[in-house]
Amino acid sequence: MATQTALSQQVKSELTASRFNWSLGLTLASGLLMLAALYLALVWAPDAVNLEAPAERYAQRIFYFHVPSAWIGFLAFIVAAIAAVLYLVTRDQKWDVWGLASVEVGLAFFTMVMLSGPIWAKPTWNVWWTWDPRLTISTISWLLYIGYLMLRGAVDNPERQARFAAVYALIAAISVPINWMAIRWWRTIHPAVVAPGKNSEALGGFGMSDNILLTLLFCLLAFTVFYITLMVHRIRLENLKRRVETLKQQILYQ
Amino acid sequence: MILPKPAQIPKGHKVSNLKSQISNLFLPRGFGGYWRKVLAIVGKDVATEIRTKEMISAMFVFSLLIIFIFNFTFDLRTENVQTVAPGVLWVAIAFAGMLGLSRSFVLERDRGVLDGLLLTPVDRSAIYFGKMIGNVLFISGVEIVILPVFIILFNQSAAALPPLCGVVILGTIGFASVGTLFSAMAVHTRAREVLLPIMLFPVIVPLLLSAVRLTSAILDNTPFAEVSHWLALLVAFDAIFIAASFMLFEYVVEE
Repeated sequence: MATQTALSQQVKSELTASRFNWSLGLTLASGLLMLAALYLALVWAPDAVNLEAPAERYAQRIFYFHVPSAWIGFLAFIVAAIAAVLYLVTRDQKWDVWGLASVEVGLAFFTMVMLSGPIWAKPTWNVWWTWDPRLTISTISWLLYIGYLMLRGAVDNPERQARFAAVYALIAAISVPINWMAIRWWRTIHPAVVAPGKNSEALGGFGMSDNILLTLLFCLLAFTVFYITLMVHRIRLENLKRRVETLKQQILYQ
Repeated sequence: MILPKPAQIPKGHKVSNLKSQISNLFLPRGFGGYWRKVLAIVGKDVATEIRTKEMISAMFVFSLLIIFIFNFTFDLRTENVQTVAPGVLWVAIAFAGMLGLSRSFVLERDRGVLDGLLLTPVDRSAIYFGKMIGNVLFISGVEIVILPVFIILFNQSAAALPPLCGVVILGTIGFASVGTLFSAMAVHTRAREVLLPIMLFPVIVPLLLSAVRLTSAILDNTPFAEVSHWLALLVAFDAIFIAASFMLFEYVVEE
């Protein structure tokens, strides 16, 4: 019983004390930053000068959320790969939680990339999809994320789940740059049927004036803070979930 | 980064044999012994396969079916056969290979062979290389039959066969290298065979791309200089993923 009380006190203190305020502060900060990013992207940033059709001009503003989402998607992958190495070396549960959280958050952002891309491409390129290297590599990375989560879901033993996930995350991380190179070559030799697919400057591209660049940089910052916030919450949630599991086991076998 | 210092790790720990793995690979003293163990595992797999013929026959029939189905569905005529043929060959190899890989550890697990292997005094990496070479042999066995059939059905010149064999072997090695690692993981999951293609296909995209490019270059008689970078990519893929799987395999089978 003593351990149980100690554990529940630990849980309680974690819920109320320093950690709570910190994550609340981050949440507020990222909320304000995202609102500001929305304002900058939708109102403050000027229209791209060379885009004539209104649909193209409106769709161009997707760019402010599309690019940061893609950045977070790849950042999350890197974080997951580092966490995988740290897990395999230290065997500390913490790194497994980090890896899982990063992949889950990254998958959400990547899904946003995969959705916002075609919405922009339709008015600009007049197709939903082209086999552009960037599009192809994003799809494959997205599938790698899904493979990671499916692998986790199919393993029951938690220790084995962590181990397999780390191994898979590492192989996936190695495969992304190789994929990137192969897909670039693949397209360089056989140019895309849809000409702008090869070079985004050709159609739907635009010179970045200072305000546009500033908005993009601000959005990158806002998304990075948002990613960190989501990570903090997801890690905390996973830790609590695992603690509940442990407590359940303890109570069941007492 | 994954290589811990030997001094920090207690004897008998799973990670501790990395040094001996490397010395086994590169030092002449350990060399013969290590590869004898690898060959023993390959021999076991080959003997099992020769007795049952389960995997090879299934893979062979499946790859034939894929080639036939592509012929029907694409309605291959002389004008488009050249563009489609390399893709058909590699889809057939990849799918048939997947079938073989997914069976690779099922017998081991169901009949407790894996526990036996892990109890034997060999490096975990010897088990990996044994299984991987076995998989390469099985897939190659299927390819030996499939390649002439492919040449005949797609009306290609037989002179393309020798260089094609080289590309196919390199592709098979890369496929089996990471495939064996994932197969060892997939067999411990609930979904088993279903999960393996989902994990494996995104990773082998570069391999398939370069193999298809090289194959079409061979069939079209393109000068080698134009596609040499694809060959470099294929070899690099093999080397990188053999090294990565060799290091990570012991984390997969430990327990």
